[in-house]
Amino acid sequence: MSVFRNAGHLFRLAAVFVVGTVAFLVIRAAVVPRSFGEYGHYRGAAISEIASLPLHFAGHQTCETCHTDIAKMKSAGMHAHVNCEACHGPLEKHVKDPSIDPGKPDAAVLCVRCHAASAARPKWFPQVDPAQHSGGIACTTCHNPHNPVIAAGGSK
Amino acid sequence: MKITRRHLLLLLPAAAVAWESVLAGTPEQSPNYTMTEHWWGMLIDISKCIGCGNCVRACQEENDVPDGFFRTWVERYHVDDWHITEPQVISPDGGKNGFPVAKEDEGKYFFVPKLCNHCADSPCTQVCPVGATFISPDGVVLIDQTYCMGCAYCVQACPYGCRYIHPTKRVADKCTLCYHRITKGLTTACCEACPTGARQLADLKNPADPIHEFLKTHSIHVLKPEMATNPKVFYNDLDGSVR
Repeated sequence: MSVFRNAGHLFRLAAVFVVGTVAFLVIRAAVVPRSFGEYGHYRGAAISEIASLPLHFAGHQTCETCHTDIAKMKSAGMHAHVNCEACHGPLEKHVKDPSIDPGKPDAAVLCVRCHAASAARPKWFPQVDPAQHSGGIACTTCHNPHNPVIAAGGSK
Repeated sequence: MKITRRHLLLLLPAAAVAWESVLAGTPEQSPNYTMTEHWWGMLIDISKCIGCGNCVRACQEENDVPDGFFRTWVERYHVDDWHITEPQVISPDGGKNGFPVAKEDEGKYFFVPKLCNHCADSPCTQVCPVGATFISPDGVVLIDQTYCMGCAYCVQACPYGCRYIHPTKRVADKCTLCYHRITKGLTTACCEACPTGARQLADLKNPADPIHEFLKTHSIHVLKPEMATNPKVFYNDLDGSVR
């Protein structure tokens, strides 16, 4: 039939189209990560990858499992709700290997960071002018940072 | 057996599927954590912030944030009586080392800690052309840094300035709400280090979370509500001059 006389052209074109489609599907399967689209238009596995990043701060609950004496002293004082690592810094390494000594934080820097008087701080917060208050004597002479009330005694 | 062109064509898709499953591996699952049971946010109580910068340092230590870049930072506002809508804002090194002593004078001072607002309708995730940033099923805006190509569209789209391009990785970076901590039952590094409890992690899907009582009984505001981003960082005692 004359209508199909040149059908060969169409078949060749169709073959090219089919090959192109297959190539597209193959390449897409290869380059799109498997978990893409698991929850939305992103790689679902990224969530668990971010969730498994390493910790640096151990959390006060972990500290309190060993340092029960300090935790008890602290819970009685004004610093009851100041977490350990707020002053001591990140200590996950010390938790993993207790032989790593994190060292004592520098009271000369730490105390005034919060308690140096400034009009910008809220009025309810206890503040002192360090020079006037102690005349250069270390804060820890009179105050124990774990329970800072004077009656509890200094830590030196 | 001789591999003809026809055989190769048939083999290729099968090989691709097999190779892809090798590459993907099995994603690690956090035990005892179901994403759909949480909807994370944060509560910031301005009246409790003393501007010590603990949160900024803790965030940098926990997340290896490069110097000069911030996932969270603290701003100090000074609003004087004559210029109520023109606050003077400072944030030296993100407030990392505290702030200069302020003398008692006209007007008022207060500190505003800022971080990613983990918006429920976040503009940053909508503009990403490659699907590298997204809202997780538990409401945290995250970045897939292996997918990000560093085009910085999201950096421009964030109305709160919470994103930056990492100087060495050359990809977008931002607060993850310490996703690696909150999925293990810990609080964020900034909340852990805050000495006054001015920052509180909040799980809005947990009916026992104190956030619900707090939101009911306090004057709460969010940053830039006019942007309709539905932010999930809630501020107590936020002054109207805060931008």
